[in-house]
Amino acid sequence: MSALSEFVLPTAEQELWRYSRIDELDLGSFTPGSFTTTVSADGSIVSRDSRLALGDVSVETPDVFEQMHVQQTSSGPIRDNHVRIGTARGQVVAEPVLVTHHIDESGLMCFPSLEIDAAENSELTVVERFTSSGDPHSLLVPMVRIHAAQSARISYVSINELGRRCWLLGYQRAIGERDSNIATSTISLGGDYSRLRAGVRLAGQGASARQVALYFADGTQMHDFRTLQDHAAPRTRSDLLFKGAVKDQAKSVYTGLIKIRENADKSEAFQTNRNLTLSSGAWAESVPNLEIETNDVKCSHASTVGPVDDEQRFYLESRGIRPEVAERLVVFGFFADVINRLPSAAQPDALRNKVGKKLLGDNGVQV
Amino acid sequence: MSVLSIRDLHAKAGDTQILNGINLTVRSGEVHAVMGPNGAGKSTLSAAIMGKTGYTITRGGVTLDDVDIASLPTWKRALAGLHLVMQYPTEIPGVGIDELLNEALAERGSNQDQLEERIANEAARIGLDEALIHRAVNVDFSGGEKKRNETLQLAMLDPRIVVLDELDSGLDIDALRDCARRVEDLTNERKLGVLVITHYSRIFSDLKPNFVHILAKGRIVASGGPELADQLERDGYDAFTG
Repeated sequence: MSALSEFVLPTAEQELWRYSRIDELDLGSFTPGSFTTTVSADGSIVSRDSRLALGDVSVETPDVFEQMHVQQTSSGPIRDNHVRIGTARGQVVAEPVLVTHHIDESGLMCFPSLEIDAAENSELTVVERFTSSGDPHSLLVPMVRIHAAQSARISYVSINELGRRCWLLGYQRAIGERDSNIATSTISLGGDYSRLRAGVRLAGQGASARQVALYFADGTQMHDFRTLQDHAAPRTRSDLLFKGAVKDQAKSVYTGLIKIRENADKSEAFQTNRNLTLSSGAWAESVPNLEIETNDVKCSHASTVGPVDDEQRFYLESRGIRPEVAERLVVFGFFADVINRLPSAAQPDALRNKVGKKLLGDNGVQV
Repeated sequence: MSVLSIRDLHAKAGDTQILNGINLTVRSGEVHAVMGPNGAGKSTLSAAIMGKTGYTITRGGVTLDDVDIASLPTWKRALAGLHLVMQYPTEIPGVGIDELLNEALAERGSNQDQLEERIANEAARIGLDEALIHRAVNVDFSGGEKKRNETLQLAMLDPRIVVLDELDSGLDIDALRDCARRVEDLTNERKLGVLVITHYSRIFSDLKPNFVHILAKGRIVASGGPELADQLERDGYDAFTG
């Protein structure tokens, strides 16, 4: 395995890493190591081989951590942490497939690798969960590659419940062919610095994608999202809704790009990012972008950052509801449209509880 | 028997002195109307009574049955038996009317038995589409739906004294009649005490005031019976503010 030290790390000066905490990363304090990956489904759809290269699902130039991921997962023992889930033509997988990566050691650099390859007109749901125990200080660089063939329907859920000293630099790379449907749900609660770069490329006519995310950072956590909705065929549709809250001294960043290519006429693309700042010391940044190369399209983007609305607070309190309950109602209300869009496999009720705990200041630090 | 007592109330909105010594006493079952032109201090009066952020009482005070209301945070004023029906009810995305009422009644330690059914009955009585009960509070509601929702909450939360801040603005004549009649019924059925703050007298055909007060430049400049509203209708505010 070639040395990771050959890679030159980016700096926060670069646009892609603007506002990030990349300058704090000391790669030398981590060594590639193994962790536990469990999969709920059987060998009929799960294997360890790889048939999707990064280039098959993304046309973006891979950044240094993607290159690192590809290099480190192409050989060696770390392949144990590679999971391929592939369906046959027309196959409908009734039960959600659960993939759990668990880490309990410090000083590790981990490369969880997942590919979801849905054949023509097949359907499946995959939940990928990142967990830890013992409060390890480690770095995870996971990548999921998603391919939806013609008319395939994929629902992918990613849940980050890592301990508060973990770093996560994650990648979601998805491509949808003609009339396919990709839904991604990202739930980000854990980690110290948790970043996700998520791109969906709609490569076939009539393909559609729905991306939602719920994030809640408290303490000194930072959640960082970079999204791309890439329309590369006519009559494609994308709808992105990312909502987050920051509390205490926590931070969040959202930057998103809608790209409508020249041949993608009659496409529709929507992008909404909303952020609640629950403490005066918390900070959120939101930067939406559009790049449209054809005229006959319908696009919109919206972004907000702000505290709980005083009028909403006053209205609820004037009904005799105490301030902390009023705040909980408003925050749950704020997240309601995201939670309503989650598949049941994402366990929305459990998620509500976790959000409630964060609000109450139970920051879930593991001891 | 409850008494809301407003004594020598001076209040600021932001840095601007608006109320310059208001005296009013509202008892259970009574309907008091406070009428005034734009800028008289009507909205400041309701905001100061309920303790809205940005409004400060600079002198005098408000008590409800000897509880010093002005020293309490808003939610405790409500628990003490005071309620505000708002002129512009706030939209609260993602929070259902039933969810709000559930929490508000829990704060009161009220009986929550058959809550859904009781809300549905009250909705039917006030003419609010039952489907709206599970929808987010005031979000995409028409003007009439908002005021019916306000009136529904009033009936469900059962306060001793209510301040109606321009109940008659932003809704059609049918909705106004339904809301006004429901409040009138509450004054009879539960001896609700009512302070109606309004610009116009049209609400009085269904909610009959026992007392009418005219507010101008932050003071009550005239008080009387219902005939005062008739005189106002005839002569306009100029006769009182001049």
